[in-house]
Amino acid sequence: MQRHLISAADLTRDDAVLILDTAEEMARVADRPIKKLPTLRGRTIVNLFFEDSTRTRISFEAAEKRLSADVINFSAKGSSVSKGESLKDTAQTLEAMGVDAVVIRHGASGAPYRLANSGWIDAAVINAGDGTHQHPTQALLDAFTMRRRLVGRDTGLGQDLSGKRITLVGDVLHSRVARSNVDLLHTLGAEVTLVAPPTLLPVGIESWPCEVSYDLDSTLPKSDAVMMLRVQRERMHAAFFPTEREYSRRYGLDGDRMARMPEHAIVMHPGPMVRGMEITAEVADSDRCTVVEQVANGVSIRMAVLYLLLGGNEPAVTHTRTTEEK
Amino acid sequence: MSKILIRGAKVLGGEPQDVLIDGETIAEVGTGLSADGAEVVEADGKVLLPGLVDLHTHLREPGREDSETVLTGTRAAASGGYTAVFAMANTFPVADTAGVVEQVYRLGQEHGYCDVQPIGAVTVGLEGQKLAELGAMHESAAGVTVFSDDGKCVHDAVIMRRALEYVKAFGGVVAQHAQEPRLTEGAQMNEGVVSAELGLGGWPAVAEESIIARDVLLAEHVGSRVHICHLSTAGSVEIVRWAKSRGIDVTAEVTPHHLLLTDELVRSYNPVYKVNPPLRTERDVLALREALADGTIDIVATDHAPHPHEDKDCEWAAAAMGMVGLETALSVVQETMVETGLLDWAGVADRMSFTPARIGQAAGHGRPVSAGEPANLTLVDTAYRGAVDPAGFASRSRNTPYEGRELPGRVTHTWLRGKATLVDGKLT
Repeated sequence: MQRHLISAADLTRDDAVLILDTAEEMARVADRPIKKLPTLRGRTIVNLFFEDSTRTRISFEAAEKRLSADVINFSAKGSSVSKGESLKDTAQTLEAMGVDAVVIRHGASGAPYRLANSGWIDAAVINAGDGTHQHPTQALLDAFTMRRRLVGRDTGLGQDLSGKRITLVGDVLHSRVARSNVDLLHTLGAEVTLVAPPTLLPVGIESWPCEVSYDLDSTLPKSDAVMMLRVQRERMHAAFFPTEREYSRRYGLDGDRMARMPEHAIVMHPGPMVRGMEITAEVADSDRCTVVEQVANGVSIRMAVLYLLLGGNEPAVTHTRTTEEK
Repeated sequence: MSKILIRGAKVLGGEPQDVLIDGETIAEVGTGLSADGAEVVEADGKVLLPGLVDLHTHLREPGREDSETVLTGTRAAASGGYTAVFAMANTFPVADTAGVVEQVYRLGQEHGYCDVQPIGAVTVGLEGQKLAELGAMHESAAGVTVFSDDGKCVHDAVIMRRALEYVKAFGGVVAQHAQEPRLTEGAQMNEGVVSAELGLGGWPAVAEESIIARDVLLAEHVGSRVHICHLSTAGSVEIVRWAKSRGIDVTAEVTPHHLLLTDELVRSYNPVYKVNPPLRTERDVLALREALADGTIDIVATDHAPHPHEDKDCEWAAAAMGMVGLETALSVVQETMVETGLLDWAGVADRMSFTPARIGQAAGHGRPVSAGEPANLTLVDTAYRGAVDPAGFASRSRNTPYEGRELPGRVTHTWLRGKATLVDGKLT
């Protein structure tokens, strides 16, 4: 594994499978009465959030605390950043306080990459979402969810997603989740199809390792998992689509459409969902929808990533379990 | 001022000759000229060019003296072999009145490193709404003949039409920054395969090409001439080629960086590669080189755009657009055009001196290297090859995309009307 996690495209198949397997180990911690490992005791992690995010920040925070790390939460609002301090100065200030890792969420694509590669700081950098670029831990938790559901919790260990047909639907253009998922799913051997109106697909998408379709209905029967991406209502003001209703009719997932999916197929959503827009309540609340499961899996995945990046010299989970049993 | 004998210089890349400067003019060009009473500069096979002329420079003064001043910018120009630069109007205050253009012009004269010919804004405050007093700027001591809202596009078709018509009265030219504003809202880099992956807002080629197409048609309709700044796409080349074949009076420039660099470099998210128009694709680069060679693109202009360190030492989206270019332009042209066999040194003299001087009507510049002409000259060690070291720049800013890159050619001497501004690579 590399020292930082910036893009899902940086992960090899073996890296990714190792993270998924480690996350399965981490998930067992959540089943215990005391949900804590001593692995990152004495290590300090800062959650550096320049963009509002509740679920991702809380997920990282939960993961860090379960690994016994010291956690600093930093949000840009009301901080020196809003007074004009640069990303570089903020990062250097935090590092001077002895931070071992920076989990960064930033509105500018490439900000985590810059942080990791500009010589500004030495700490490990984990991308928690940058602009419309990448959100690698989201892709990992999605792959984890797919592997559990489509391959199996125990039988999935050591396995990838070879041959699984995954469909992502919605605002691909503005989606870091879509970019990360395409990269990671391709690495894991899945066949990915993106479905969206042409306005919400980037120019240049032809180089991506996936299929592209404008038609949801023809894609559904050939999908093992369908991931709905959030579509912000404001997009229609920039003429990406005519009206909310037309979007829902053409690209929203409702009960009728869900019925056309194979029986084993699951519905996924990275959240937050816009009910009534890309997904109906009936689908969102159905057993086939893994939204809540994805949130739980997010903590396991982030524990695995933090563990592998920061504590990776020690022989993983078996060791920590022994320590804890002492 | 005394005599200078430049001995054994390949004038425009030809056979070695001696060139005698007497005072402000070239007295004689020939072989075996007498060194009597003259200071001798042994050219030793270096190439002698007419002093370079840059039709597109940002000197930043007044207003952003933290990035460049007329003094530091003209020193950078002399260092790069330039004897005349055209200073863009997007200063603070904007060069949209006779007062501002005269100030910039006089600063250039006082410092004496390079002639500074101010460019006047087309519209008040570069806002694209109302014509600036173009006639007043032309009649001022600065004698402005080139007008541009560079940095912004004159996007309103009626304003552009009127500007093209109006400057005919005094033989002016409008230099258009071709960028359709609606198509480039939030644009961060060339729109294509790389922007799709990096998740950076796309700057589509069509945003440049559609404005160029409109403007050459407007120029044809009103019988004016138009100049296209920093043309950057293969499609733009096709449009200009078509316009010229129709007899439309259009000229176009390309920057050195668009002749060499591509949007693949943006994968580093290093804002030193952030520039407007953005770096394009390999296909565009090759089309631009070919167009410069065949004359479809008339000139090389640097778009020298200095920025302070902090405006580049940040995340991509927050960074300023632009690169410095005066001190590396000739090397990049040698690398991309001469070493590839696309242009000879006479061709370089044409694209970087004769023709830009003609388009901008820079009196006394872009003249042949022959007796009786003003002694504006540049001596280039074309055999040199070395890594670019920004620490050695005369410019106040260091935002070069070439740091550490090995490039050929080094300007060793520059003379402005017989006065050396650069000797053995050192500013006087």
